[in-house]
Amino acid sequence: MALPGQTQLSHMEEFMEGIWKQNPVFVMVLGMCPTLAVSVSAVNSLSMGIATTFVLVCSTLLVSLIRKLVPKEVRIATYIVIIATFVTVVDYLIQAISLAVYDALGAFIQLIVVNCIILGRAEAHASKNPPLRTVVNALGMGLGFTLGLLSLGAVREIFGAGKLFGFSLFGPDFQPWVVMVLPPGGFFVLGAWLLLFNWLKNRKVDGALVKPLEGHTHA
Amino acid sequence: MTGKSRRIELRAAPHVKRGVNVETIMLHVVLALLPIAGFSVIQYGLSALALIMATTVSCLLSERLFSRLSGQGNTLADWSATITGLLLALTLPPSFPLWMAAVAGFAAIALGKVLFGGLGYNVFNPALVGRAFVQAAFPVAITTWAPAFFPGRFTGFIPTTFTMPLMTPPGLAEWLHQHVVDGFTGATPLARWKFENHVASAGDLLSGVATASAGETSALLILACGLYLAARKFMDWRIPVAVIGSAALVALAFHLVDPGRYPAPVFVLLSGGLMLGAVFMATDMATSPVTATGVWIYGAVIGVVTVMIRYFGGLTEGVMYAILIGNALVPLIDQYTQPRVFGARGRKA
Amino acid sequence: MTGAAAVNVTSSRAMVATLGLVATLCGVLIVSAYQGTLSAVTANKRIALERAVFKVIPGAASMKEFVATTAGIEPAAGQSSGNGVKFYAAYGPSGELKGIAAEGGATGYADVVRILYAYDPDRQAITGLGVVGMRETPGIGDKILTDQAFLANFAALDVRLDADAKALANPVKVVKHGSKRNPWEIDAISGATVTSKAVGKGINDSAQRLLPRLAPNLDKLRSK
Repeated sequence: MALPGQTQLSHMEEFMEGIWKQNPVFVMVLGMCPTLAVSVSAVNSLSMGIATTFVLVCSTLLVSLIRKLVPKEVRIATYIVIIATFVTVVDYLIQAISLAVYDALGAFIQLIVVNCIILGRAEAHASKNPPLRTVVNALGMGLGFTLGLLSLGAVREIFGAGKLFGFSLFGPDFQPWVVMVLPPGGFFVLGAWLLLFNWLKNRKVDGALVKPLEGHTHA
Repeated sequence: MTGKSRRIELRAAPHVKRGVNVETIMLHVVLALLPIAGFSVIQYGLSALALIMATTVSCLLSERLFSRLSGQGNTLADWSATITGLLLALTLPPSFPLWMAAVAGFAAIALGKVLFGGLGYNVFNPALVGRAFVQAAFPVAITTWAPAFFPGRFTGFIPTTFTMPLMTPPGLAEWLHQHVVDGFTGATPLARWKFENHVASAGDLLSGVATASAGETSALLILACGLYLAARKFMDWRIPVAVIGSAALVALAFHLVDPGRYPAPVFVLLSGGLMLGAVFMATDMATSPVTATGVWIYGAVIGVVTVMIRYFGGLTEGVMYAILIGNALVPLIDQYTQPRVFGARGRKA
Repeated sequence: MTGAAAVNVTSSRAMVATLGLVATLCGVLIVSAYQGTLSAVTANKRIALERAVFKVIPGAASMKEFVATTAGIEPAAGQSSGNGVKFYAAYGPSGELKGIAAEGGATGYADVVRILYAYDPDRQAITGLGVVGMRETPGIGDKILTDQAFLANFAALDVRLDADAKALANPVKVVKHGSKRNPWEIDAISGATVTSKAVGKGINDSAQRLLPRLAPNLDKLRSK
């Protein structure tokens, strides 16, 4: 977003926003329902991430294209219709590609429509930026979301099933940690990742000798 | 609380001659737990000893790691991590693999204690958090039981004890066949009551032959140790009395209504982990109410919920979740049972 | 329009026009996506179903979908039949009837356990069990798929009809682990009793409805 007085980001920076600085999962903590619910395995996480990225890119592109035509009173309604359309499209596409993935993701495909990342991007970014910039930002956000899901899904699959992408890592005698594929496991793993990312961020800031404003809110 | 010992030196009369600090209380709890741990070693031999050591070492190492990371200094000296480790071992089945026991110890300290800010800030009893974690993670291993007093327990281990880390423990069927007296069903008295309507006799439950977790069967010993702590005022005697009393009353009511279906209160009191939970876990100072009225309510909630879970829940044993539920209610109980300041007018309803 | 723009209020007509335009565009997108994927989706569903049926009926090479109503049986045509029971007849490579498969379901520990069972008309017995969908606790409830002792119940689970051929002679019953005495009883998995009971109830409910309707029409199925 180019706020007044702020220099505009280059396309590369725009792309990296979603992956690192404003990662939807680890920094903005958005879209937690699908994050916690479907991240029981790496494959599920990847499929969900790709589906969300598809909806994100297509809908923000369309929103950006028509951004000057849409009256502000009906903009949210318009965005929701557009997002719902692409969610429906992706729903059919996944059914056509693999029923197994479709069954595993269950209702969460349809629920992409209420994923706050997408409406958030449409409202905060796509409605104010030209199509190319929008698509680059949406791709970064989608990729960041996919990476976030994947890092949860991989850990939960390794502990919960002893596998990664379906390949057995520890042999047939592995003892699965059942709790990891149950909802509490999602919270534990997410918490651990958030801890790691905050620690990395704080360390970086400390290294640069710039104390963050909220440096002691968690102390 | 910073983890350092605090003696209050300056105060108005009456002057306390000898300061009782956190370490003294905790040390006495450890001493009171030792006979129970010792009895479990007599019952289950080397495997129980290894289990107790594994959980305790795991708790101490986790505590050290986190106290160093958070810059709290050395918090091992307050003995609380030792208590958590001992209690945790006593609630686990004696055949529990050591690597899972170590995971339980880590979860107890990390999720049950450090997450909330350390000793005194924890909402839930850390040992029970650790047990709840492994109950959810390894539901099969935590319901695999070994018989008490099996021959050869001081010369060898139960085969599941030394399972390779991350691996599934081997089945116990063959080992049981070789070692064990006839009639061992591998089910706890509570499970046998729930699924077979078989009520174990009080004699069986008291003599320590009942299938159970490492430190659950010695009801008399637990009561004796509890009496010592209560007599020295290191423990609030009202909590175990409230837990045991309310459980007995509810069980008696059910028993009177339908004696064929519901067992006599003595079975409810002596089976499972009720005694251990009532005396050593519900009484944890950081996770129980501070007011006298609150303590009665808290104990009663635990007793009633335990019986309800046992009678109507999907699980056979409910003490663990009952105490955790009780812990969760403590702030609420404390808030509603604050004593009225003398002379102050009561709030209007 | 010019007056409206001056006070910065959009006219209703512009709003309706925008929404209409967007909705039309989106409608077109959805319809084309549906049409484009329809054949692949139906093919996928058929393959998944066939795979499940062939798994519970070994030796089957092809299958046909039927609906059993009180009037008789007829090949399933779309979703038309209201209160019929759907079932699948599986045939071997040379066209002989290998078995019948049908779905059942009952509430388990977490959610409905949906199962697919194989019925052997010659032995009047259930000869196979598969799971279509469940959300039972991993490591406990999902033992119904892996526990060999439990699956042995379905080597030949007796579902003979009674004398009037109106109901099962002996309802399928789930009994406590280790106490199976009769061929129509299912020995529950110790520790997963609730899920085991759901399987038994699912089979019983479905078989009670399907088998009496199926019995008089078996000959129709034998000739392919």
